[in-house]
Amino acid sequence: MFVPCGDSVPDLAGCTLLMPAVSVGNVGQLAIDLIISTLNMYKIGYFYTDCLVPMVGNNPYATAEENSTELSINAEVYASPSKKLVALQLRSIFIKYKSKSFCEKLLFWVKSSNCAKVVVLSSSHSYHRNDLQLRSTPFRYLLTPSIQKSVQNKIQSLNWEEMEKSPCIPEIDDSEFCVRIPGGGITKTLYDEGCSKEIPMVILLKFVSEGDNIPDALGLVEYLNEWLQIIKPCCVDPSASALPWKMPSSWRLLFGSGLPPALF
Amino acid sequence: MAATFFGEVVRAPCRAGTEDEEEEEEEGRRETPEDGEVRQQLARKREVRFLRRQTKTTLEVSLLEKYPCSKFIIAIGNNAVAFLSSFIMNSGVWEEVGCAKLWNEWCRTVDTTHLSPTEAFCVFYHLKSNPSVFGSCPRKNMQVTILTCRHVTDYKTSESTSSLHTPFLKALKTQNFREPPCCSLLEQPNIVHDLPAAVLSYCQVWKISAILYLCYTDVMKLDLITVEAFKPVLSSRSLKSLVKNIPQSTEILKKLMTTNEIQSNIYT
Repeated sequence: MFVPCGDSVPDLAGCTLLMPAVSVGNVGQLAIDLIISTLNMYKIGYFYTDCLVPMVGNNPYATAEENSTELSINAEVYASPSKKLVALQLRSIFIKYKSKSFCEKLLFWVKSSNCAKVVVLSSSHSYHRNDLQLRSTPFRYLLTPSIQKSVQNKIQSLNWEEMEKSPCIPEIDDSEFCVRIPGGGITKTLYDEGCSKEIPMVILLKFVSEGDNIPDALGLVEYLNEWLQIIKPCCVDPSASALPWKMPSSWRLLFGSGLPPALF
Repeated sequence: MAATFFGEVVRAPCRAGTEDEEEEEEEGRRETPEDGEVRQQLARKREVRFLRRQTKTTLEVSLLEKYPCSKFIIAIGNNAVAFLSSFIMNSGVWEEVGCAKLWNEWCRTVDTTHLSPTEAFCVFYHLKSNPSVFGSCPRKNMQVTILTCRHVTDYKTSESTSSLHTPFLKALKTQNFREPPCCSLLEQPNIVHDLPAAVLSYCQVWKISAILYLCYTDVMKLDLITVEAFKPVLSSRSLKSLVKNIPQSTEILKKLMTTNEIQSNIYT
């Protein structure tokens, strides 16, 4: 359930909700971190649930000593009112058998808060790609029927590729075709529920492998930015070294502590 | 999937924990009513129950309703529990008010009646002489203190963990906790998970004043030096009044160590 930080429930009507699916390489979550950090979004509440493994830590977007001691939990909601953007960040994995329950609770909240649309950032195992997918861009999109009319034209003008359908049961020759997102966590469930509950939802995903997924996250936010124009490019020069996306301070030591000098 | 050096293809674990999701979906499709019934029974078995240990009767109302309190101290893990037993619960009369009984597939302890204070279990006590600890104040004025340990290799720092002086104490506090903590705060990117995180998350969301003291140590079994690393906590405003006799506490602690050593003999 959504619990606001302050005393009153913020008005999310007409906002775009960005959220990650906990998926291969944690790309969606890294992308949301980049968005929250770059836009300096502030926390407006918690999505308090028993479906995710509990986790706490100090402010992952701290920029100075003063703002580094605010406690963060595993599911929090941030806002940027000027851009009519709301971001839900999920920081831990689902407890077994609780992912469907989480999707139901989440979509119930989305519907009741009257968000204009939901954008799910996700990823899928790159080793599952077929030959055509191997030769094309690694980015894909999916739209639920209720949003198709309003965004189809814009999406087509961007020349984006829709996520292809594949055989539901690959071993059987005449199997039906459906959308499969291996490694995508709750992405498929969210998409199916979004379709059946008539929620305007867009899924954006990238084919990735596990490893250092920061470049994948940067790619995914750039892909999102082509459409939503969250940030304007700071300069037209493509060789500019400065990245427009700000990495949060919590991305330090992603691959562990320092090495013992005696190792060398 | 990943290819290994020897040319075999193995299933690489996914950091995002999504491997189970596909199995779950397939299980969902194939699940019969009998499977659903088994799953429900398992879920009921895993429920946490609160009961009075001596009589084994279930507590009819929630513990905090029956014993509303202003200070709630929770120790998780053998070193934290030993510290609490020796330094805080050695003075005054502490009455046992209940215990939590739980089961999951990983449990080895079955007998709940005979436990030393150092075994991992959950027993609730209240201080008979001081009504303000488990007194009659509303929940909003309650202060929660959580004590636990973690292995030092969990601690992320730009230096190597082998160069750190263990054990050391770190703290995490909720927004409503106004006192200065007894040690430095846990720096990013370090996090805490499981039960201590669950308690602290609850307190943060529902605006309860709470602090978690986390001892990073390289000895996870019961250890005198690790337990004593919690000592700075005794000077905190909320716990100071509960601490009476520190030399006596150290004696109690030493006795606890000896008892535990005998019990943990590999041949018994």
